[in-house]
Amino acid sequence: MNRFDYVRPRTIAEALSAAAQPGSAYLAAGTNLIDLMKIGVARPARLVDLNHLPGLDAIEGLPDGGLRLGAQVRNATLARDAGFARRFPAVAEALLAGASAQLRNAATVGGNILQRTRCAYFQDPDSACNRREPGSGCDARDGENRLHAVLGWSDACIATHPSDFCVPLVALDAVVEIEGSDGAREVPLRNFHLLPGTTPERESVLAPGELVVALRLPPGADRFAAHARYVKLRERTSYAFALVSAAAGLHVEEGRIVEARLALGGVAARPWRAEAAEIALAGAIPDAAAFRRAAELALAEARPSGENGFKIELARRIAVRALSLAASGTPTRLPALPASPFASSAGGLHD
Amino acid sequence: MTEVLQVRHGSSAGQPITRRDGPLKVTGAARYAADNHPPGMLHAVVATSAIARGRVTSLNEAAADAHPGVVAVMTPANRPALAMDPDDKSVPFSFRMDLLQDGRVRYAGQPVAVVIAETLEAAAEGAALLAPCYEAEPVEVSLDQGEAFVPPVVGVGAPAELRHGDVEKGLAEAAQRIETTYETPAQFHNAMEPHGVVAAWVGDTLSLDMPTQGFALTQMRLAALFGIPAESIHIRSPFLGGGFGSKLLTSPQVLGILAARLVGRPVKLVLRRGQMYGPVTHRAPTRQVLRLGASVDGELTALHHHVRTATSRFDDFIEPAAGVSHTLYAAPAVRTTYEAVRLDTGTPGFMRAPGEASGSIALESAMDEMAQACGMDPLEFRLRNYAEVEPVSGKPFSSKALRECYAQGAAQFGWAGRPLLPRQMRDEGGMLVGWGVGTATFPALMFQGAARAVIRQDGSGLVEAGAHDMGQGAWTAFAQIAADSLGLDVERLEFCSGRSDLPDAGIAGGSAHTATAGGAIRDAGQKVVARLAELATTDARSPLFGASNVGVVARGGHLLRRDDESRGERFADILARAGLAEIEAQGSSVPDAAIAERYAAHAHGAVFAEVKVDPELGQVRVTRLVGAFAAGRIINPRLVRSQYYGGMIWGVSFALHEHALLDRRTGRVMNADLAEYRVPVNADVPSVEAILVEEEDPYVNALGIKGVGEIGITGTAGAVANAVWHATGVRVRRFPISIEDLIEGSATV
Repeated sequence: MNRFDYVRPRTIAEALSAAAQPGSAYLAAGTNLIDLMKIGVARPARLVDLNHLPGLDAIEGLPDGGLRLGAQVRNATLARDAGFARRFPAVAEALLAGASAQLRNAATVGGNILQRTRCAYFQDPDSACNRREPGSGCDARDGENRLHAVLGWSDACIATHPSDFCVPLVALDAVVEIEGSDGAREVPLRNFHLLPGTTPERESVLAPGELVVALRLPPGADRFAAHARYVKLRERTSYAFALVSAAAGLHVEEGRIVEARLALGGVAARPWRAEAAEIALAGAIPDAAAFRRAAELALAEARPSGENGFKIELARRIAVRALSLAASGTPTRLPALPASPFASSAGGLHD
Repeated sequence: MTEVLQVRHGSSAGQPITRRDGPLKVTGAARYAADNHPPGMLHAVVATSAIARGRVTSLNEAAADAHPGVVAVMTPANRPALAMDPDDKSVPFSFRMDLLQDGRVRYAGQPVAVVIAETLEAAAEGAALLAPCYEAEPVEVSLDQGEAFVPPVVGVGAPAELRHGDVEKGLAEAAQRIETTYETPAQFHNAMEPHGVVAAWVGDTLSLDMPTQGFALTQMRLAALFGIPAESIHIRSPFLGGGFGSKLLTSPQVLGILAARLVGRPVKLVLRRGQMYGPVTHRAPTRQVLRLGASVDGELTALHHHVRTATSRFDDFIEPAAGVSHTLYAAPAVRTTYEAVRLDTGTPGFMRAPGEASGSIALESAMDEMAQACGMDPLEFRLRNYAEVEPVSGKPFSSKALRECYAQGAAQFGWAGRPLLPRQMRDEGGMLVGWGVGTATFPALMFQGAARAVIRQDGSGLVEAGAHDMGQGAWTAFAQIAADSLGLDVERLEFCSGRSDLPDAGIAGGSAHTATAGGAIRDAGQKVVARLAELATTDARSPLFGASNVGVVARGGHLLRRDDESRGERFADILARAGLAEIEAQGSSVPDAAIAERYAAHAHGAVFAEVKVDPELGQVRVTRLVGAFAAGRIINPRLVRSQYYGGMIWGVSFALHEHALLDRRTGRVMNADLAEYRVPVNADVPSVEAILVEEEDPYVNALGIKGVGEIGITGTAGAVANAVWHATGVRVRRFPISIEDLIEGSATV
């Protein structure tokens, strides 16, 4: 690991000022950043530690009925917050489906949004990667790319965003609160991550030095609570990133879908909101045919970026599964195997 | 739950006592090699190659040297001289090493330099600053590439080609024939403890803290490399964080020793996880073609097992995957053949059940496919082809309780009533359910070993043996054997091990360590007792005087007349009267060539697996595993169960998870970490049972032990694969079975 400055600001203003120096990186839990520093992918000249800033670790109900999640709230804390899990069960399920218990105890809301891709070529400094080193090329295109994107990718980059947490959040219209030296601003989470295009090194709308201070769930986002699920597919039951995943939320009245939300994970460089599918579901009877139609629409523009064509059909099927599970109602308790297709089978329960 | 006290009737062996080093392990007090920090110690980090074939043309040594804290950079230019070429293979069991002999690169991840620094961080950064430039050549890393050759030998000197009977005739006469091809991927060692060394030179004496599975072999190789006597090399290896065949001497460890010589200070060198995917051996990929013929009654008429595998470009290790077909099923005609290609990878080597694991998944899958072709239950089919004698050699088995394994395993699992056809069972949630079986087998081996036993003045015992505890609980099992052989309660026994300056108790490999070291320990203990008996029975003042004809027995720290156990005396009293501070003896164990000539010795088992498969999403979950194993005498059932569990979980890993992804352009392993190189986690293993089937073996060795370390993988991997077929109707022949194999299949079924 190279030598770097370490700064521990006491206020957000101090943090912003400390991070104004080029080459600075904010340090939340470090569950991703420190690993990347060890393998030489990230080499910040200065770490600005957010762990001692006051006020960033609160879960606050807002007067308008929304909910504000401080950027330093830990994943485990949020997932185990009974009130939160009741109102946003798919988000809690996604959190518990991510990483391992140890990592969830450390990882934060803000860090989760900003985690880097798991593309093996991005993580290997000896490989060409336009995201890590603009203009160097993309060794993933003709390499080991089973896990790579099927939506929104470009010739420059086929990496995916690995977050589980972001998938239901983007479905629920979460908003990112950002502070910078020029003041505060807000960006919908669905617009926060950038598709690669010709500039894959630009992963989000954040300008250098800007700081994510909170995530906000808008008022009424809990209207899907009775019909909300997150489903994640992977060969290993825990401690593995999603091959594909889906978050579904339905607002059902008198046997018809009034409003639907659907987002996919593991398919693109951003958590993928499936708007066309949502529109098609509005007013429909929640049945297999409607869900399959919605899934077709969600993946209408998908195309393989390598040896991963199977992910397209898999993503359709997981969308159908998430919608079906959501339609049958949110379980009263979080499953022992959160987000697993085996969550409700006998073998999926811890004895 | 009420704590049941262990009741012993004069025997420690057979008791499920907890491991003696358990408290050290759970409190973190157990000192592993990398926990040592001798005064003045420096840290060394290996710089490794990013290319798989070519030359290093330059290293930025100036940048590394200039980095604060860096003490030295070791390259081919300044690496201390060796007394033997690292490519010399004259020392037994040795593979060619990469010790900076030149700038040549033979595989990705090969060491190309070592940076030595005051701190680990400085050494790591120094290594990064070397930024090697290369002259790269095109690489071949796939089994499809390269020109195949027929290897002269496979594994450790076994013949590559074996014929018994006429396979072509057997196939021609068969009512059913199958020819199927199975593929297994490269798998890499991922012991919890990475390879490392803490090395210190004092003159020409070498002091090493280093995990090793074999003291004498390691000393022999190091002695040859450094031109010093083996006795000048002192190795401490009190605990290994897993060995699995990878912890014989590796190149990076020798580089650590060279680094210590270069700088004249103690040096610690530990591989980081990603650096284990290259220089520490791996399980080679295989492509296996199975040709089976069967009669109308479901009796095998022929079995041809052909293996294509890979070794490195510069050395030979041929995964002996067809060996299982020599011993398992009663075919009148058996043929095994091999071909191999040379790839730009590190040399493959021993990885838990080398040969048997890869071969078993192919053979057990093929047996299932043939059972299906014959319309028979897979268990019934295996029983129909039960080998009463070893098929190829015709030798009787020293013992074989496999029939009981099948019966007890099937009963516990509830195999009866299994539908013959696939895709017939669902659970309440709509998941497909499948049941599969596999036969487990592993040869019962034994090497040479030595031990020393002492009875001390106070009547307590001391046993010393240079043995290896890789986490399997060897210290505990050996103490039990030692206690019994000395006639002591295990609490009265001090057991010293894990050092090279103790009598060499043999390598810990081939599932042979308990038989080998245990045999030597037993021999030493019995010899001490005999000496003690000699003292007592010839001493007129002893109540045992004159008992030499009827004999004496040692129990609970006493010698007792065999014909009258009320007459006897304490060990301490015998020694005190003789004026001795202690009495000792050396013991040894040697495999009995005459027995090996007459009998085939193998452990066996039957593994039953239940899987559930999501019919739309293709995700597989192993929901139940039941294994029943017969491995001769069991010294400690608790530890043996743990060995079986570990092996069975590795079997799940083999069938469903492990797979190294080598980039075909660069030869680099692209998933060289525990996030992406998948091994199962707890949530993948809901229920595992291991049944210890009673088996008495009067021939295999003095202790009647067959070894349990490796057999658990065999059988299990095939059972899981067969269960996946039974659940889905899709026969996947390329491992690990992945989601896309099953979703594509389910669309067509």
